[in-house]
Amino acid sequence: MDLSQLKKRTTAEIAQRIVEDIPDGATVNLGIGQPMTISNYLPPDREIILHSENGLLGMGPLAVGEQIDHEVVNAGKQPVTMLPGASLFHHADSFAMIRGGHIDICVLGGFQVSVAGDLANWRTGDPKAIPAVGGAMDLALGAKKLFVMMEHLTKSGVSKIVNTCTYPITGLAVVDCIYTDLATILVTPSGLVALDWVDGLSFEQLRELSGVEIQNGKKS
Amino acid sequence: MIQKIVANINEAVSNIFDGATILVSGFGGAGLPFQLLDALLEQGAKDLTIVSNNAGNAGVGIAKLISGGRVRKMICSFPRQPESGAFDDLFRAGKIELELVPQGTLAERIRAGGAGIGAFFTPTAYGTELAVGKEIKEINGVQQILEMSIQADFALIKADQGDRWGNLTYHGTGRNFGPVMATAATCTIAQVNRLVELGELNPETIITPGIFVKRVVCIDGGKKK
Repeated sequence: MDLSQLKKRTTAEIAQRIVEDIPDGATVNLGIGQPMTISNYLPPDREIILHSENGLLGMGPLAVGEQIDHEVVNAGKQPVTMLPGASLFHHADSFAMIRGGHIDICVLGGFQVSVAGDLANWRTGDPKAIPAVGGAMDLALGAKKLFVMMEHLTKSGVSKIVNTCTYPITGLAVVDCIYTDLATILVTPSGLVALDWVDGLSFEQLRELSGVEIQNGKKS
Repeated sequence: MIQKIVANINEAVSNIFDGATILVSGFGGAGLPFQLLDALLEQGAKDLTIVSNNAGNAGVGIAKLISGGRVRKMICSFPRQPESGAFDDLFRAGKIELELVPQGTLAERIRAGGAGIGAFFTPTAYGTELAVGKEIKEINGVQQILEMSIQADFALIKADQGDRWGNLTYHGTGRNFGPVMATAATCTIAQVNRLVELGELNPETIITPGIFVKRVVCIDGGKKK
């Protein structure tokens, strides 16, 4: 299959696709990396509260110029603004919100997602890498809904959607929906269901590329 | 009379001993008590166990203590940083121990320690390599892991304002682990940007009641903006 002709979704497009599934009034936590770009696409007609694990609800856009306060940062340690209605709290309270099931949606990056919704996203097993986990495990199981934003394939063309994760697990049966540069795939008790995929790719090709069982859930 | 304010930063850390377990507030650089850490480096205590979210960055703060060979063990959730060379090099050489703890579990282990709770069950890390060797129980249909509380000898906290009773307020997301760690050490030492007269802090706005705090020291330079 010649993938070079495919128009894959850009990070911005995947972010915008995810925003379609965030309802008005939702409290959302965005993981570090690609998911943070979602904050650039929040629509003006929906009130969405961003939670930052380091103790802020009502996080606003990145701070610029005079706005910058190095003691007001997001989970990626970048200075941010606070919106009207924002609140500050300590770490035990922040993770009470997370682990106690109060966050509506969390968007995390992923190395692998299994057909059962297992997530591997915190280490690859490279013995030279320094292990680091942060809030990923708490977020993965605590959020009411977990969205994973990732490339569909690795650089060598291997599917990141797998039957069983081979990388160290972040959480078991935690993922609700996978958003990639090729498709949007729901994780359900009866298996993976593809909701939409890029033009130029047939459903059969998507299934072949993914290397796992997927059902066709496209609304025609 | 209660007087928790000490005159200078060196006096604030003077009784920290070799082999101590020290909680250090901060998330990245926000809320990190840089001045207390520098004073600790100068004071010379070694063989330390440091409990903090990160393990230092860019050669400052905890990274300086690590490069100075003072740290035996890090208990943290995210040692890897853009410039975490100080920790990375020693870790790869097998010269520093790491106990990796999920961030929420770390916060709750410290909270429990300050609250007199010996241990607790949490679902976080079930099914992962961080649950290996730990007791697992199904509670209300959810698999949960037994985690032990953390109680330390010292806590180094960055706060914003403090008074002579040790009451503290914080600034922005610099708050993070501070209020939790303040409760969980035998000796909590807070650096503040500003000292205030007793009664100046509105009781409604005090985040750390002074009951948890042993020493307060004002740093030169004030609030970084």
